[in-house]
Amino acid sequence: MLQIADKTFSSRLFLGTGKFSSPEIMKEAVKESGSELVTLALKRMRLAEEHDPLVKNLDIPSVSLLPNTSGAKDAKEAVLAAELAREALQTNWIKLEIHPDQRYLLPDPIETLGAAETLVKKGFVVLPYINADPVLCKRLEEVGTQAVMPLGAPIGSNQGLQTKAMLEIIIEQSAVPVIVDAGIGAPSDAASALEMGADAVLVNTAIAVAKDPVAMAKAFRLGVEAGIQARKAGLGQKGLLAESSSPLTSFLSEG
Amino acid sequence: MKPGSYKSFSELFQTLDPAEVSKQVLSASSADVKAAISKAGHCSLEDFAALLSPAAEPFLEEMAVQANRLTRKRFGKTIQMFVPMYLSNECQNICTYCGFSLGNKIPRLTLSKAQFLKEIEAVKKWGFEHILLVTGESHLVGMDYFLEMIPIAREHFAHVSIEVQPLEEEDYLKLHQAGVESVLVYQETYNEESYAQHHTKGKKSKFYNRLETPEKIARAGINKIGLGSLLGLADWRVDAWFAGLHLVYMREKYWRSRYSLAFPRLQPAEGIVDPAVVTTERNLAQIICAYRLLDETVDLSLSTRESKRFRDHAIQLGVTTMSAGSRTDPGGYQTSKTELEQFEISDERTPAEVAKMLTCAGLEPVWKDWDQVISG
Repeated sequence: MLQIADKTFSSRLFLGTGKFSSPEIMKEAVKESGSELVTLALKRMRLAEEHDPLVKNLDIPSVSLLPNTSGAKDAKEAVLAAELAREALQTNWIKLEIHPDQRYLLPDPIETLGAAETLVKKGFVVLPYINADPVLCKRLEEVGTQAVMPLGAPIGSNQGLQTKAMLEIIIEQSAVPVIVDAGIGAPSDAASALEMGADAVLVNTAIAVAKDPVAMAKAFRLGVEAGIQARKAGLGQKGLLAESSSPLTSFLSEG
Repeated sequence: MKPGSYKSFSELFQTLDPAEVSKQVLSASSADVKAAISKAGHCSLEDFAALLSPAAEPFLEEMAVQANRLTRKRFGKTIQMFVPMYLSNECQNICTYCGFSLGNKIPRLTLSKAQFLKEIEAVKKWGFEHILLVTGESHLVGMDYFLEMIPIAREHFAHVSIEVQPLEEEDYLKLHQAGVESVLVYQETYNEESYAQHHTKGKKSKFYNRLETPEKIARAGINKIGLGSLLGLADWRVDAWFAGLHLVYMREKYWRSRYSLAFPRLQPAEGIVDPAVVTTERNLAQIICAYRLLDETVDLSLSTRESKRFRDHAIQLGVTTMSAGSRTDPGGYQTSKTELEQFEISDERTPAEVAKMLTCAGLEPVWKDWDQVISG
């Protein structure tokens, strides 16, 4: 079981809810994925209406909502968005996203660290979306974020774990759960992340944009399960223990 | 030199000869086109010229497949919905193609607050949360009027865009504070000569002032900036190329802003001249695909100027944003008269009908994709 703040998760797959062709297909995909935590952009929510169609379709007993601050370009905007989301959804969980770069939507480390510190002080459970920067992860941990969410590749790119070398360091060093976010393009990428030691993955584009999103959601559920099972089973070491044809140390036991 | 290394877009623009650009576009080979398609989403400006060329015409289907793929990857299976609202058809410019042109004998109207609220009520019923406010250019409709009306729009909509005359950076700052998230200023044509022929009188006749406006908008911190050229004033291939160059310049220099491109084709309106250069639906499809292959992140916006049939298919070619149920006359959402209009609407379906078409095509119409809290 994965524990983040006050919640435990048996599924290691988190889902993003943008980009689906309809709220109904999104709901089916979420159910099929087995995910227990799904993100929701505050900017997409119709807060004035009593029954927001997005929120209504995510009213699944096993699923918690994780609002995000997508659209925010700096710490101030993100903090305001988080406060509004807390009020609207009655949750103190927030996925902190600050991307001033409008093309690749890469996160701003400086603003993110500042906003994370403020939000933690305000009582939020903060899950920050960041570049795969090991030092930044430690800094975020120090200000009290409950997890870190480094990217595998640019958001929506389906490029997989391009930041693998840095993710390995983050996983090795982190005292809080590591959720690989963004870039995961195939169930095999998700399996790799889990095998590597990530605590969970967050997937949106690869499922939502698939020809059959519901079937792809299932494929990701299986990929994530395979990854975590493989890790538990004990993966074989890569590489061979060398056996020299004329042993280098055999002289020690000889005459 | 990289486009963004020039101090201003005007400076970059003046280093280029439109005749040379035209030659480059017309001389592209099918090998150039194939090379450009293989770089879909990250094309250079040379590639972009090839995609706009006559040599690209036999490859339109290949371009469309790539455009569709890139659009879904970035924007998902969604289309953003917005509604335009005309606040005033008063105008002191003479633009040969526009129904609001000063010389046209049409009744003039500028909405009062009460009339504006009635219009808002009418479009809110359809579910719109993103509104585009449009005016002509006159002394009656300036900053005072905008600052009176925009807070009202902000109260009722999640996202407010404007399409008005070029303003100064300090004005855009004030408008941003009042709740404007997006500003559209189309260059109409990047051909100076044709620009002068079609904008004969009024402040709009200042070509370079218009050309420099997007930079002022960006410096004022406006989140989204709309660029584009009107198709039908000059050679569309060259005008579309320059609009692409403008986009590349802006995104290199002002990377915190988002961009949208529009590609309005001239339609008959009161007092209009015949389009000097015809842009066919096939040409328009080529432009849309070429824009998408140049930049996989830019919003591409399609209005109700285009026919139902074209719009129903364009949603798979790269278009990400659509209006529906539009009226182009001030007060038009409450009345059925059309004598005040700027141009004729071609797709007259209701927003609900357009939304249903999108759903049937496997796309979700997104009514709200912004929240004012994000802009502080």
